[in-house]
Amino acid sequence: MSAVPENEGMNFVGQGSTWRRVLSPTGNTGDAVFRVLMFGVALLMVAIVVSMVVALTVDSMPSIRQFGFNFLKSQRWDPIKGEFGALPFIYGTVASSMIALLISVPFSLGIAIFLVEQAPHYIARPVGFLVELLAAIPSVVYGLWGIFVLAPFLRNYIEPGLASAFGWLPFFKGPITGIGLLTGGIILAIMVTPIISAVVRDVLTAVPGSQREAALALGATKWEMIRVVLVNGAPGIAGAVILGLGRALGETMAVTMVIGNRAQISLSLFDPSYTIASAIANEFTEATGDLYLSALVELGLILFLVTFIVNGIARVLVWNVTRKTGGVGRAA
Amino acid sequence: MSVSHLGLRQRSLRLLATFCALAILVASVACNSSGGPGAGGNVSLQGAGATFPNPLYQKWLSEYGKLHGNVRIDYQSIGSGGGIKQLKEQTVDFGASDAPMKDEDLKSAPGEILHVPTVLGAVVITYNLSGVNQPLRFSSEVLADIFLGKVTKWNDPRIAADNPGVTLPANDVVVVHRSDGSGTSAVFTDYLSKVSAEWKEKVGSGTSPSWPVGIGGKGNEGVTGQVKNTPNTIGYVELAYAVQNKLPVAHIKNGGGNFVEPSIDSVTAAASASAGNTPDDLRVSITNATGPQAYPIASYTYILVYKDQKNPVKGKALVDFLWWGIHDGERFAKDLLYAPLPADFVKHAEAKINSITAGGSPLRQS
Repeated sequence: MSAVPENEGMNFVGQGSTWRRVLSPTGNTGDAVFRVLMFGVALLMVAIVVSMVVALTVDSMPSIRQFGFNFLKSQRWDPIKGEFGALPFIYGTVASSMIALLISVPFSLGIAIFLVEQAPHYIARPVGFLVELLAAIPSVVYGLWGIFVLAPFLRNYIEPGLASAFGWLPFFKGPITGIGLLTGGIILAIMVTPIISAVVRDVLTAVPGSQREAALALGATKWEMIRVVLVNGAPGIAGAVILGLGRALGETMAVTMVIGNRAQISLSLFDPSYTIASAIANEFTEATGDLYLSALVELGLILFLVTFIVNGIARVLVWNVTRKTGGVGRAA
Repeated sequence: MSVSHLGLRQRSLRLLATFCALAILVASVACNSSGGPGAGGNVSLQGAGATFPNPLYQKWLSEYGKLHGNVRIDYQSIGSGGGIKQLKEQTVDFGASDAPMKDEDLKSAPGEILHVPTVLGAVVITYNLSGVNQPLRFSSEVLADIFLGKVTKWNDPRIAADNPGVTLPANDVVVVHRSDGSGTSAVFTDYLSKVSAEWKEKVGSGTSPSWPVGIGGKGNEGVTGQVKNTPNTIGYVELAYAVQNKLPVAHIKNGGGNFVEPSIDSVTAAASASAGNTPDDLRVSITNATGPQAYPIASYTYILVYKDQKNPVKGKALVDFLWWGIHDGERFAKDLLYAPLPADFVKHAEAKINSITAGGSPLRQS
């Protein structure tokens, strides 16, 4: 049994000198086996992504043929009448993720800076552990907490305050129920904060101590020293934000439970909204009829593309920052 | 150095070998368990569909399994839509759906599909209104207009007219509906379509209607959560769920003009009241029933089977199970808060089961 992988490797290597050089520059059989295995694993991931895109595209063909680009522009989603448009879902997905990042990035940075630069060890350890523990809580638990704790809290204390202070803005209009885009965004913010802060903490730890010493030696205050560290870690921090954004875009259960699930585009953060992932999770089980199913699959394809595009934009931003500042964490 | 290197290599090879062995083991076990039916007198049946009757069907399966050790039946509650899809693709032996199948779905199926009713369920209106202690009463037109977004205040004179002596607050009505596709929504919108021409034209009936107003909660628990936690809400959930969670439920005016409290008895009464005009294929809507004690938002739930079974052994097992279900199985219904079939409807269901054949020869008589 144990000889099998070894034989495989031998055969592969024995096929010719070119292969031997590619697979095992050192001529070591074990290295060759390892190389093939790792290459296979990497290839498998690419194959899975490609097969997903292909499968989603094939299954959404009836809907693509029926609606074309109107699917992206239309705001009507009426399964009974067979009218499907994705725009409200795209809006809800992007808007809730943006709210989440607006709230969570400052918090995450603060947590990470505190843990790395300011907190004594006996505080940094347990606090860091608790923050990471937040990342391990199942999203349905966040959802329940959202319904039973966060939504009533927002409805009774936060939203009336926002409405009376900023009610003249279009973002804070309409009936106050505690359920809607704002609540969805806040739940997402809480869910992505541990991810972003954990990565930022690692990035800040990776900034060489000599940078800090140099800054302090030049007479910088602690805050000025932290700014130097932040600029050094900027690309890594941006990478952390992208990771968090990825989670926010695809999050399903927790958002579904508090966002109100209504396919509409409304500027008001108090109004119910809907995300792509929630729509698929909600409607897939009872979707009858080929067009309906196909429209839901096309939503999945769009989520894939939205994630792809948003990630792409974020990466370009990172590259720009990196070019200007240099610094650690480039790989992230 | 070289010794430790060898050790590492040997260890990783052994690890690989273990992985291979495990993979083969898993594969062979998987092969065995998917062995065909009929071997050694054992029959295995697969069903999939509606989530609403799932607790009852699971009870049936375990009770039936005690009586017939050689028959193994599995039911997966993946939703009515999924059940119908799998039945049409013939990957399951029976499907289950709350709403009867549509004509076009029946036409595109590879064979004739029968609807065998099993039990009844009901949809109740629940609300969160502080200071109101007696059950609210709604006439059908007002209910439709609330869910259309035309009645927007709790102290609307039309709500007040049905509830003399109740002090209603001057607050906005917040509508809560199901966000997931659901047979519960299908029954409720079927009812609203019957009582309101405007609803029928604007929204229609189905598992995922495009609601004119309101916020969506996922599942009965999602709607209940929103209603319980948000003042001035109104929503709809299954009867069983409302009873278990002791939610306030509204009395609804039925087709005969009476305000009826939802209960197992008033649901069975709705079925009896509609029994006269049952179509031959049993695809019947019993919403807005007219009997004096008939609750108007109720429906049958069905098991879906092919009339002509491909495999006589499996077909026989399925027919026996269905026969047991609509007779002995009905006694488990009330405990689980489903309304059992009225006696005359058991007769209709018997006729359907008797008509199931395998290769043209009837299965039940043998």
